[in-house]
Amino acid sequence: MNDMTPITTTLKDWESDQEVRWCPGCGDYAILKAVQRTLPMVNADPKNTVFVSGIGCSSRFPYYVESYGFHTIHGRAPAFATGIKLANPELDVWLVTGDGDGMSIGGNHTMHVLRRNLDCQIMLFNNEIYGLTKGQYSPTSRVGTNSPTSPIGSVDRPALPCAFALGAGARFVARGYDISKDLPEVLKAAYEHKGAAFVEIFQNCIVYNKDRFDDFTQKKVADDTQVWCRDGEPLLFAKGTKGLALCTDTLTLKVVDVVAREDGTPDWQAAGVAVHNVKNRGLAHMLVEMPFGVFPMALGVIYDDPRPTFESEVVAERAKLIEGKTADLGKLLAKGQTWTVEPQATHGLMD
Amino acid sequence: MASITAAREPGASLEEDSPEAVVVRFAGDSGDGMQLTGGQFTLSTALAGNDLATFPDFPAEIRAPQGTLFGVSAFQINFGSQEITTAGDAPDVLVAMNPAALKVNVPALKPGGLVIADTGEFNKRNLEKAKYESNPLEDGSLARWDLLAFDISALTLEAVKPFGLGNKEALRCKNMWTLGLALWMFDRDRQPLIDWLKGKFAKNPMLADANIAALNAGHAYGETAELAGPLKKLHIDPVPAEPGLYRTITGAEAVSLGLVAGAQLAHLPMFFGGYPITPASAILHNLVKMKEFGVTTFQAEDEIAAICSAIGASYAGHLGVTSSSGPGIALKGEAMGLAVMTELPLVIVNSQRGGPSTGLPTKTEQSDLYQAVYGRNGDAPMPVIAACSPADAFECAIEACRIAVQFMTPVVLLTDGYIGNASEPWKVPDPESYTPFPVSFLEETNNPDGKVLPFKRDARGVRPWIKPGTADLMHRIGGIEKGIDTGDLDYSPAVHQAQTDARKAKIDGVARAIPAQEVCLGEESGKLAVVGWGSTYGPIHQAVRRARKKGLAVSHVHVRHVWPLPENLGDLLRQFDKVLVPEMNTGQFKTVLRDQFLVDAQPLTKTSGQPFTIAELEAAIDEALA
Repeated sequence: MNDMTPITTTLKDWESDQEVRWCPGCGDYAILKAVQRTLPMVNADPKNTVFVSGIGCSSRFPYYVESYGFHTIHGRAPAFATGIKLANPELDVWLVTGDGDGMSIGGNHTMHVLRRNLDCQIMLFNNEIYGLTKGQYSPTSRVGTNSPTSPIGSVDRPALPCAFALGAGARFVARGYDISKDLPEVLKAAYEHKGAAFVEIFQNCIVYNKDRFDDFTQKKVADDTQVWCRDGEPLLFAKGTKGLALCTDTLTLKVVDVVAREDGTPDWQAAGVAVHNVKNRGLAHMLVEMPFGVFPMALGVIYDDPRPTFESEVVAERAKLIEGKTADLGKLLAKGQTWTVEPQATHGLMD
Repeated sequence: MASITAAREPGASLEEDSPEAVVVRFAGDSGDGMQLTGGQFTLSTALAGNDLATFPDFPAEIRAPQGTLFGVSAFQINFGSQEITTAGDAPDVLVAMNPAALKVNVPALKPGGLVIADTGEFNKRNLEKAKYESNPLEDGSLARWDLLAFDISALTLEAVKPFGLGNKEALRCKNMWTLGLALWMFDRDRQPLIDWLKGKFAKNPMLADANIAALNAGHAYGETAELAGPLKKLHIDPVPAEPGLYRTITGAEAVSLGLVAGAQLAHLPMFFGGYPITPASAILHNLVKMKEFGVTTFQAEDEIAAICSAIGASYAGHLGVTSSSGPGIALKGEAMGLAVMTELPLVIVNSQRGGPSTGLPTKTEQSDLYQAVYGRNGDAPMPVIAACSPADAFECAIEACRIAVQFMTPVVLLTDGYIGNASEPWKVPDPESYTPFPVSFLEETNNPDGKVLPFKRDARGVRPWIKPGTADLMHRIGGIEKGIDTGDLDYSPAVHQAQTDARKAKIDGVARAIPAQEVCLGEESGKLAVVGWGSTYGPIHQAVRRARKKGLAVSHVHVRHVWPLPENLGDLLRQFDKVLVPEMNTGQFKTVLRDQFLVDAQPLTKTSGQPFTIAELEAAIDEALA
């Protein structure tokens, strides 16, 4: 087998023979297609690809991809992925989780897989609701969400998955949404990042939290409410008529109007619009925490600054520990202070 | 004249100065270095060729406040010229480094036993902390015992004076002074200790010299002091033992070595996921140093991640192992069920401690048997193996690995705090003497029609092991009920019935792959069978031996395979009029035996955090046969 031969697959090659069991109209269908589009783009090899998930609607995902897949237990997918990747660092590991699975019951593992920087792609499907258990509010639900467990509106403050990820030390943070045509590009960047790549994907729950993200995902509002972060490009939106600038007095971002030059191109320099830099951690924090409404929704690759992966560090540590040692079981068993009982002294153990 | 009384076999005649076995307990503050003193005394005793067993007993606090009753740390060793199977009931000699150590430990001392006490520590403040109203060394309250009290603190300070240590550092050498005296008492060679001290303090030769000086001074004190009566040199003859190479081993070391050996015999790399917990952490500490054997260790963020990472590694083709103690095993329960459901090999080591909840972190108990056998949601059968001694833990760890890979199942290996920390001499086995059980992964489809069948069972009901990375065998597994052979999502009534039955039948079948139950002492029928499992082996064995010497028709049966039970065990137990089950819980194995075999097993229970004494078991045998 020649490892240099590029693997060529098509979307069809990544479709398993399993019947997809999500509700008709669920955002998960669009995400599944986006992933199946991405995998051929990055020359992924089905035999070396493993999808690992926890529990919830999103976690049924592995059954539908023609690769290896492990549908585990609630919240723990990062821990299984860690074992898989440490056992075989050659495998491409994708984690599929949701806002309940990854931010609530599994929040601890999400934090640790990010800080350790295990090489894997983490897709957190955020629908701001518990779907599979029939519609309770989740840790990302907005205050006031009506649900069977919050009949007059939830009172919990929501968690911000991307801010959590940055806080945990993630070296790659991106955002997309289910029906976005740019989602495969975001996933491709996540795949190409060596290390833990965290992607929050806003996903419409057609049954329990319908149209929750319409105010920025719908075509007619998208231009005015989405700012796409691209490395080295100005943070413009609303067809170049608005941008994000740094307010130096308060060290926060602000929305500024951008005037067009005579040739019609936006004169963003004059307006002081900031240029996106994927290695700027401070900027990333500001972008993911912008309150929506006053600000647009930041999408795309918000932060991407690789550092050595956990599994490569483990391999290096191991090499250091075993340097000059040979695996001699007989010697290992006889380690430490020993003594010999000579045959002539034999009387057998008394019993 | 008083002399040291030995734990003698009834009727055995012993020369006054050469007893068969002696029990010594070193007790002091948890900062006094008692575990270290005991450990080094153990080593010198092993080197002298005695058989021995030890019982370290220390508080849960790392450095409890000085001088307090709850901060007392003790180390007991039983050594002798015959086979030793327990750490001994009552000590013959108690070394008490302060009033609290005396107060906590002296009630256990044999009548006529010897107390060695450091008068330098019996000051007003320490007496108050130990809640003594008057000084027991002076008020006659120790009249039942022989007493040797002298100022070990002052003698140590004097011995290390030339090295110019500060007062605090100098007093730290007290344990070496005491050890020197003990080595003299039992005619032990000082040289291994001196070598060890030189190595330990290689970076600070002055400290090494000071400790050696203290050791020598203690030894010289015994040799030259004009001491009346009790302090006399005792020589314990070496045990006649099978020829071969020996070392001392603790249960935690034996489990670690056994797991490495097991993975090697399976021709597999091993992945160990662990989270720090007393008393199981030692296994992780040991395995970190054995990575040349294809061992990967992972210190996880919690108990759940520890087992989940191990299952992930098993899925990827390693032998996944995790270890913990009761509270941690409770957290692992859901993941253990997933390993049952996905039928992946896994070894789960439980070093049991007193429970429930946090319970008694540093004390021993056998109260996680129900948890191991039954403690999961759903019908989740799992083999359970229990080690009966530190050395046996090596064999049991290999056995756990073998069953896990041969039956594609998680296996629980039970040890306990006593086995984990205690040490005993171990005849180093030859790795070549074990039959390998190499694993073969499925490399090509097992279905003539093409698509791989990941849950197609063989004649024993075992599915194939398929590693991700294998071409053309892509498939999905998970915790939801699955279709026959295909493993596809399917929770229809007939399928769940069939798969539940198949999982049970597979584990029941393990009973055919384990040795038949043997009687380890006595006949295969009689008036009474004393049935044990785990670390109660030693005291049960000795108690049964003593009862048999009295002519009683009693046998000792010790069960390693707690689940599934050996196929012949029920018939065996029915050959006895009575069945007595001593265990350090409220009667868990007794219930399992009653349930499985409808035998009238009677419980003998103890949950004090201390092992059974031989005397307690002897009394119970006498009562059962009265």
